Amino acid sequence: MSEIPTDLRYTKSHEWVRLEEDGTVTVGITDHAQEALGDLVFVEPPEVGTDLAQGDACCVVESVKAASDIYMPINGEIVDTNPALTDEPEIINNSAYDDGWIFKIKPSDEDDIEQLMDASSYESEIEDE
Amino acid sequence: MSQKTCLYDNHVNCGGKIVDFAGWEMPINYGSQVEEHHQVRNDAGMFDVSHMTVVDLEGPAVKTFLQYLLANDVAKLKDSGKALYSAMLNEDGGVIDDLIVYYMNDSWFRMVVNAATRDKDLAWIDKQAASFDVSVTERSELAMVAVQGPNAREKAISVLPTDVAQAAGDLKRFVGVASGDWFIARTGYTGEDGFEIMLPEEKAPEFWDALAEAGVKPIGLGARDTLRLEAGMNLYGTDMDETTSPLTSNLGWTIAWEPEDRNFIGRDKIAAEKSAGVQQKLVGLVLEDKGVLRGHMKVVCADGEGETTSGSFSPSLKKSIALARVPVTIDDTCEVEIRNKLLKAKVVKPVFFREGKSCL
Repeated sequence: MSEIPTDLRYTKSHEWVRLEEDGTVTVGITDHAQEALGDLVFVEPPEVGTDLAQGDACCVVESVKAASDIYMPINGEIVDTNPALTDEPEIINNSAYDDGWIFKIKPSDEDDIEQLMDASSYESEIEDE
Repeated sequence: MSQKTCLYDNHVNCGGKIVDFAGWEMPINYGSQVEEHHQVRNDAGMFDVSHMTVVDLEGPAVKTFLQYLLANDVAKLKDSGKALYSAMLNEDGGVIDDLIVYYMNDSWFRMVVNAATRDKDLAWIDKQAASFDVSVTERSELAMVAVQGPNAREKAISVLPTDVAQAAGDLKRFVGVASGDWFIARTGYTGEDGFEIMLPEEKAPEFWDALAEAGVKPIGLGARDTLRLEAGMNLYGTDMDETTSPLTSNLGWTIAWEPEDRNFIGRDKIAAEKSAGVQQKLVGLVLEDKGVLRGHMKVVCADGEGETTSGSFSPSLKKSIALARVPVTIDDTCEVEIRNKLLKAKVVKPVFFREGKSCL
């Protein structure tokens, strides 16, 4: 059973989202997603400074098996990307919710996060897959 | 209808993640594909390849028949058990399949063809065999386990039945031997030493467990693909098929042009192609920029364009590699289009990593 922390929000496309104290939003992929993808070998991060809409494909993660898009969970501007993933994308496999974060957003509207799934909804979502 | 091999329960017990492969429920990995890859390069791993098709060809005309059926020449096989890799061509010179054929004796050859091409291969072989005194028998009651890696032979020998172990220990490379109802060959699809072992289905689950006990780890289809790609071995249906000539598929070395009077299926077409000048070739690519090469990416070189046929991340080289069909005039560098960007790649001979060493 994959890990689903209760303090995060989730999307149907398996991103997790965390509202930080400074008002930025950190995004990564869930434990379930990393497990399905397998060993990650490359991350093509989004460009810092770009404004994107919810649902936009903004980043690509590649495992040995396949390439997979990461989607913007909410509207906002990319403000940071995880530099450690350039050389060690496998951090995502080992620490999907902490060291394996992928990018940070300055949200257009913080309240948009409330529209995303909580841990229990995400859990039933992946059970239905 | 999907099929299961006799080792299906073993895969599930080993934590195998099951996927459909050519109508078979097979393990893609048992956890980490990359760890499985390294396990084979560094120690020993085992693959269930029971879905592959074993065909026995027997009869007084078997040698003559195979000299007609295959682009390589079975007359090269002088010693019992010796194996030959060959393409089987259609009349247009396209590749119906690639296969291994073992010479057992003058009236018995054993062939191993791909699972995905089983039906069309058997239909083709039957059709061609009709005018020869040859019987064609599929041996679907045989399971097949490949044990590969630098320690594979030693570990496998430690759990083989005594007589079989004796026969296996004496095997030279690319030779097989029948021992009772077992057949062991020193062949494989990983670029490492090891065995491919055929045995009666009912004995396979126990043998698998014994290998596991001896420290041979189960390896899924995922690592099988990265291992064969690093070794520069073609995958049928991906790197070549009925629409491609062996001459543009890095299979030229498997075509026996001599003796000149040997008529094999497809010979006229590929001979004409050769004399007109072959336009493309299959090369290896090593990505110099960051990214991952996959099949069907556009390759841009000085004299035109080509296409990757297979690509992946090479766990041994820690770089992305690919096989690509490109103009024969290609330089030693090119560019590959990945998500609308052109990334730099080095052009190399299509062999990247074998027997624990980089070939670059």
